[in-house]
This record gives sequence, structure tokens and C-alpha cells, in this order.
Amino acid sequence: MSKMRGAIVINVERCKGCMLCTVSCPRNVIALAERKVNTHGYPYVEAIRPDECTGCMNCGIVCPDGCITVYRKKVED
Amino acid sequence: MESQEVKLMKGNEAIAHAAIRCGADAFFGYPITPQSEIIETLAALKPWETTGMVVLQAESEVASINMVYGGAGSGKRVLTTSSSPGIALMQEGISYMAGAELPGVFVNVQRGGPGLGTIQPSQGDYFQATRGGGNGDYQVIVLAPASVQEMADFVDLAFTLAFRYRNPAMILSDGVIGQMMEKVVLPPMKPRRTEEEISKECPWAAMGRPKSRKPNIITSLELSSEVMEKRNILLQEKYAEIEAKEVRCEMHQCEDADYVIVAFGSAARIAEKSVELLREEGIKVGLFRPITLWPFPSKEIVELSKGKKGILVAEINAGQMVQDVRLAVNGTLPVEHFGRLGGIVPDPSEIMEALKSKLVNK
Amino acid sequence: MTQNDIIAPENLVYSKPELMNDTTMHYCPGCSHGEVHKLIAEIIEEMGMAEKTVGVSPVGCAVFAYRYLDIDWEEAAHGRAPAVATAIKRCWPDRLVFSYQGDGDLACIGTAETIHALNRGEHIAIIFINNAIYGMTGGQMAPTTLIGQKTSTCPYGRDPEIHGYPLNITEIAAHLQGTCYVSRQSVDTVASIMKAKKAIRKAFEASMQGLGSSLVEIVSTCNSGWKLSPVKSNEWMRENMFNVYEKGDLKDTTNIK
Repeated sequence: MSKMRGAIVINVERCKGCMLCTVSCPRNVIALAERKVNTHGYPYVEAIRPDECTGCMNCGIVCPDGCITVYRKKVED
Repeated sequence: MESQEVKLMKGNEAIAHAAIRCGADAFFGYPITPQSEIIETLAALKPWETTGMVVLQAESEVASINMVYGGAGSGKRVLTTSSSPGIALMQEGISYMAGAELPGVFVNVQRGGPGLGTIQPSQGDYFQATRGGGNGDYQVIVLAPASVQEMADFVDLAFTLAFRYRNPAMILSDGVIGQMMEKVVLPPMKPRRTEEEISKECPWAAMGRPKSRKPNIITSLELSSEVMEKRNILLQEKYAEIEAKEVRCEMHQCEDADYVIVAFGSAARIAEKSVELLREEGIKVGLFRPITLWPFPSKEIVELSKGKKGILVAEINAGQMVQDVRLAVNGTLPVEHFGRLGGIVPDPSEIMEALKSKLVNK
Repeated sequence: MTQNDIIAPENLVYSKPELMNDTTMHYCPGCSHGEVHKLIAEIIEEMGMAEKTVGVSPVGCAVFAYRYLDIDWEEAAHGRAPAVATAIKRCWPDRLVFSYQGDGDLACIGTAETIHALNRGEHIAIIFINNAIYGMTGGQMAPTTLIGQKTSTCPYGRDPEIHGYPLNITEIAAHLQGTCYVSRQSVDTVASIMKAKKAIRKAFEASMQGLGSSLVEIVSTCNSGWKLSPVKSNEWMRENMFNVYEKGDLKDTTNIK
């Protein structure tokens, strides 16, 4: 049996904290980082449950600023 | 040796022929009296089949000038033509072209105004042309033809100046010159530029970005005041250079004259006859004809006015170019104005009588 | 298996297109503009047309589109983009030429230029961002503002007695003989983004094949103007705009899959 494991890299400085990625993620991987802002003053998101990520790309696709880079690897159990 | 063919045609028709022959890439325009023959002639000549020149009747003058903006922004030689009320509609686009530094050409075959006005000739758009009818600090290069030959010759000249300085250029004609028929020698055929030639002449143009350069962006917008002031200063420096180098004017019988008539376009043609009539009466008069209305030949007028007794500015409006003449001579000699309004074209004798009553017999 | 084992170039499945540069975009958080810009960048790259594209940007929030996508651009006066695009394409027929406009630009001040360029069948694609409000100037009423919707110039809600009705310009476009492809999409979900990308791609392909003019409307959000969060804006849009501005292909004579 194999499954997909994903990983996302978020461009924190480019993120504006719009949260569209959080509602698009089917695994609740992403959330607003608590009490943090980037140098532009925007709150930003981070992967709080990275092991749940399957690399489905939803977050990357819906991000209006192209902040998220998505990686995916097939893993044998 | 190529023999030069002499043809008989209207000023409007000469513009159309000259546009094709000077390698224009496109014409976009809208019908309006008294210049619709320009687009009609182009449509009949079908240059898209010979030189590949685009000819498109646009939905309005607003669309026309924005098409010129679009084409010029991509490095192409494009022009539009209209008459006074249509040129009023184009002022937004002209200001944008000046701000974005685009080499478009437009022609105004003037008619009486203001508003919808009349279809008869006038010179009432001098202010609109030279004072920048659109918003902001800018100038367009203004050429004033006084013959069908100059209508033909000034198309290539307008393009040359427009591209040399990356600035809009206009030919300010009127219903007399547009509609009258005269002998003309049309300019020789010049091929349209290739893509390579355009790239070289216009490295700034938005025509598709090869990887070897940064994107070219044609815009007149700048939100930072500091940067915008610098851009404006550069524009002003450009205009100063044009003023220093591109003045054109003509003088007839001015050397021994006591009085000078200053006139442009069709008024100058009429005034030529007035000079003759006045000299027959023993009054020594000369004619000074500005060919570029902007840059205005101020220095030349000042030089000329030394030792003269007075200047009569004869123009078919309520007094527009006379302001520039008065500014130039700065009170050193009397400057009077004569004009007819509302589409009436004066007789040579009217100009003669005006000079006598306002200057000689004063 | 650690995150670092997965994050490797051979495992890359999604990233910002290269044609979209690293300049921070000035759009509000969650604004649809960013998404559509991204799709356009991807499409131009996939078509291999990065060196032969000229975009025409509007007056509106997207006036600065030219800062974010590394192609040649011409900034047009308000509403005039279709005229500007007409000239560029007629002068350079082998280029991909598109205009990108908001609802005020395309359906208000530029109505004549929009209708006539489409009706002439110019070989251009017009991308229409409809968020039922004037974003850049601070949230005034647009021709596409809904009945009852509150904006700064109809603070008590749009009233047809005073303000007339919302304008369905895309329906008008579908009836023009010159158009070959007219579609209305959105970019609020992954599925809708995929459909929107297909529609924009088809419009671009149709223009390159000289089949006529194309209009792709993207029903969009303006969370600042609407005074809702980006997530809530998408919900409001789904609940209120999709029944006035119905999604789908209104016209397709292109035969492009």
C-alpha cells in the first residue's frame, strides 16, 4: 500500500493572512499563526499539522498571492 | 531619374496619400465634416493590400485616439484625423500620450465653434492645440500647413518629429486647406518598417518581451510625487530641446517692410494677397508665417519686429495666436488682431483694411 | 519521513508561476485579482507565449497589474482598453493581446469600447473582473452592483427607481456576432479556479486562432468594499451574485476542447 505525503512551504513575507487556504485544506493542516505578523504587518499562516498534508495542492491553487509551494511524494507503507 | 508626378487633389486627399507613402502602419478614425475624405480616400486606396497598412473606422473619436495610443505604444506609426469637436473628444488620449511619451500623429481640420459649431472653416483651435487641451503640463508639436503640398509633406515630418522626441505631434489644418484643390507632388513611397527596425528605433515599445530585456511598460501613472516631479521635469527638458531645435517659419517681403502681418494656415494664404494689395497702395508690408505653432517662433518674431512700426495678427478666430505674438514682443511695438468668426473666411481686402485702420491710420 | 525528505525539487507539484514576479502585490488580502493574475501567468507560460504577449491594464485596482506579470504592458485610460488592444493586435497580428478590466472600466465608462471591439470580432481576449463595486476609489456603486447592495454612493442600498438595474453586459456580449467565446466563471473554490483557467485559456487560444473576440467574466469578491472577510466574501458572492450573474459558457463557437 502506498499513500501520498505532502509538504508545503509558505512565503511568510508574501502572505497576507486572508485565510482562503485554511478553508480549502481538506485536512486542516493550515492555520493562522498565533500572535505573529510579518514585516508588512500582516498576520500569516503556517502548517500546524504538517504530517496530515497529502500534497493535494488546494492551498497553493487558491492562494491569490502564490505564497504556497507544494511538494508531494509517494510513500510505500 | 524618376520624374515627379504632379497631381491635382484636395488637402484631405493629400493627407491620405502621404500617410500611405510615408510608411504609416495604421489609421484609426471617425467621420466628421470637413475631413471625412481622409478616411474615405484611405478606404478606397486599400493600402492593406499593398503596404499592409491597417485602416479602421473606429466607433468614436475617443476610441480613435486610444487606438493611436495603443499602436504608438507598440512602436508603430499610427495616425488619426478629425475636426474640432472630435479633437475635443481626443484630449484625454492626447494627454495620456504626452504623459506616456508616445509618438502618435493626429490631424485637426478645423471648423467653426464652440460646441457643435459649424462645418465651415476656422482657426479657433489654436489654444486647444498649443495650450494643451488635456490635463497636465505638456505640449504637442504643432505643424500648420498652408497648402495642399504642405498637407502632403507634413505627414512624414510629423512622424519624424514625433518619433525623434517620443511625443505626440499634430497637423493643425482647417476646412479651407482640407477642401481646396491644388497641384501637389506626392512624397516617394517609403516602405513600412520591419519588426527589427521597430525594435531598434523603439527599444521602449510594448511589443512582446524577449527574454533579453526587462518588460516594457507604457504608462502615464506615477503615484509617488517625487518620482512624478522628476518625470515632469524630464518632459519640460524635452520641450525646451524641441523649442531650441524645431522652430519652423517663413517670411515674405519683410526686409523693407514697415508693418508685418503674422498669420498661419489658410489665413496666411489670404494675407499673402493682402500684402500685394497693400504694397500697391504704397504701404510696405511683409508676411511672417509660423509653420510650427508649437514651438512658437518667438525669437524670430522679436528679431523681425526690430525697426517695424506694428504687427497685425490675422487669424480666423477671436484672438488666440495674437497672445503669443504680444508675449514675444513684450510691448515693444503695437500688435493688433483681425479675425472673422463662426466659419466666415475673410477676404484679402478685409485684412488690408484692418491693417490700415488699426495700425497705419491710427 | 520528515518534511525535509518531501521538500525536494523532484517532488515539486505546485508553485507560483515564474511569469508572476516576486513583487508584493498591492491587492487586499484575499482579493480575486491575485488569483486571476496567477492563472493568466500560468496560461501564458503553458502556451509558450511569454515573449509574444502584450497585456492592456485598466484603471482600477488592477492598474498596477503591469508590476506583477513580466510581459510587456500598456496602461489604458479608463474604459479604453479594448480600443488600445484593438490597435496592438491589428498592428501585431501574431501577438497574444488581452485586456484585463474591472466592472467600472468595462461596463460603465468603457461600454462603447467594449461592445464595439467585441462586435468587430477583434482577435483579442477581454478578462472582466466583476465584483459589483468600485474598489480602487473606495467602494462606490458600479453598474453591476446588486439591488439592495449598499455602497458608498448608494448607502441605503441600490434602488432601481433611482439607480437603475444591474447591467448584464456579458449577456449582451453573447449576442454580438463578432464574439466567438463568452463565458462567466469564478475563482472561489479549487473546482471553479480550474474551470476559470480553462475558460481563459480557451479565450487566449481563440484569439490566436483568429476566431473572433472573447470575453471571460470572473465574478469576484471585494472584501474591502463589501466590508467582509475574504472567506465571508466568497460566501456572500455565492449566495447573492451567482443567481444574478450565472456561471457557464454563454457562447462558444470555437470548437476548441
